[in-house]
Amino acid sequence: MSVTIRFDGEALEGRDGQSIGGVLLENGRRTWRTAAGAERGIFCGIGICQDCVVTVNGVEGVRACQRTACEGDIVEREVRA
Amino acid sequence: MTRIVVIGAGPAGLAAAASASRAGAEVVLVDEGERVGGQFWRHHPAFTDPRLQHQLGRFAALQESLNGVRVLTSASVWRVESGQPLRVHALIGPVDAAPRRGETLEADAVVLATGAHDRVLPVPGWTLPGVTSAGAVQALAKRDGVALGSRTVVAGAGPFLLPVAQSVALLGGEVVEVVEAASAGTIARGWGRRPWQMTAAAGKAGELGSYLGTLLRHRTPYRLGSAVTRIHGGSSVEAVTVQRIDRDWRPVPGTERIIGCDSVALGHGFTPRLEAAVQFGCEITSAGSGTDRFVRVDSQQLTSIPGVHAAGEITGIGGADAALAEGEIAGLAAAGVPAADLRYRAPLTARRRMRAFAERLATHSIRPGWTTWLDDDTIVCRCEAATRGAIAEYAEASSRGMRLATRAGLGPCQGRTCGRSVEDIIGAASGFDRRPVLSSVRIGELAAHRIPPTTGEESTQ
Repeated sequence: MSVTIRFDGEALEGRDGQSIGGVLLENGRRTWRTAAGAERGIFCGIGICQDCVVTVNGVEGVRACQRTACEGDIVEREVRA
Repeated sequence: MTRIVVIGAGPAGLAAAASASRAGAEVVLVDEGERVGGQFWRHHPAFTDPRLQHQLGRFAALQESLNGVRVLTSASVWRVESGQPLRVHALIGPVDAAPRRGETLEADAVVLATGAHDRVLPVPGWTLPGVTSAGAVQALAKRDGVALGSRTVVAGAGPFLLPVAQSVALLGGEVVEVVEAASAGTIARGWGRRPWQMTAAAGKAGELGSYLGTLLRHRTPYRLGSAVTRIHGGSSVEAVTVQRIDRDWRPVPGTERIIGCDSVALGHGFTPRLEAAVQFGCEITSAGSGTDRFVRVDSQQLTSIPGVHAAGEITGIGGADAALAEGEIAGLAAAGVPAADLRYRAPLTARRRMRAFAERLATHSIRPGWTTWLDDDTIVCRCEAATRGAIAEYAEASSRGMRLATRAGLGPCQGRTCGRSVEDIIGAASGFDRRPVLSSVRIGELAAHRIPPTTGEESTQ
């Protein structure tokens, strides 16, 4: 069973049940957010640090390591100055 | 019938819910995750290599004993109130979705089993992509079946580094080195000359043997008395500096070695998740040298607040077996089972046995010299990019003044990641555990919250 999400305008396939962060990592994406001018991705992996947040289907601040990817999810980068 | 709310469905919370339910209480078990099990049983039925997951039989038995329990998963507790009844406010729905459904639970007793998260000491370069907490490596391996890199350095302090190294190896990655801060002498003093005797008493000899066997098979060096004191790379991790450290964890000049790698897993112990206990008003212990502070409990796992019990890592870091025993005791006590009852005997014995193991973990306690491996411009607060230099400049200011001036701890994680490190830099406690809102809540969700009536049982909304 697979699940497909869109990130940066590209379709990424993951395994059904993986988190959004898991799908991104499985597709070789290590970072998906900019903070203080630098790239960030997964850090704590358990929903504590908020470093991995993305916008999902237009809703900001979703922890990629915690949210299970759903078919058709549109995932966008976030930037924090 | 006694109404009990258990917050947290890791080993402690599951054991508490099971024992309270068996003792005849009406139990609601609340957890922010999509499945019960907490960080310890975080495996995914389809992705997890079975060798990564311990005590699955125990987990299955606990799940079966939840038959009469109302289990609320994907439920984030954002506020608790003491009083009669005790109140627990939760938001229920997919992670960080908008909007989620609000629910207020009323209870005669609460068991807090909120657990702990990795403590990671900042190091120059630790915000580079490819650097994660040690727990993240475990979580990604178990929950998602993915690895972050192919050449990993695992560094920090304590026995938890070993299963992390094993999970990297089982996913096909190379562990370049395991770097442990405690020296051989410190470990010998702390664990005894024959650490396997202690681990055997705690039922952990097989586990330890399996981890060390994995390291040996892969010829992975296990460096003691050392630390990763710098992480190098342009756009992501390319290498680390591994350095000897003295007994206070000060880097020893001239002992630097550069080790190539593409990922670094850091774990220097665990920070208890105290905010719900603090909000209830529970007494918190004062931190000893190098140790953290915890919820104070009596022999029945009761806190200083009537009706509020606590179990697991928030009462002292001791691992899953200690948490299971404490949870079972807390559940019985919350259900009103008198102290002399025979049902306490087995978990009390287990708790005593595990306490000796837990005390040995102090061997790996953080020592104050670690702050000397920071540069002035090293980011300490990852959310707000507050540096060591900026925080140290306000060391003499009030906690509020320091936070307002540097913004350390004011970002989205609310000081959960940097709080203890900021305290080490300024040399004082900062009150980071006092959080008026216990988890991420959107303004709209807060605005939609209605205060339920204070009397009667039909008060959930």
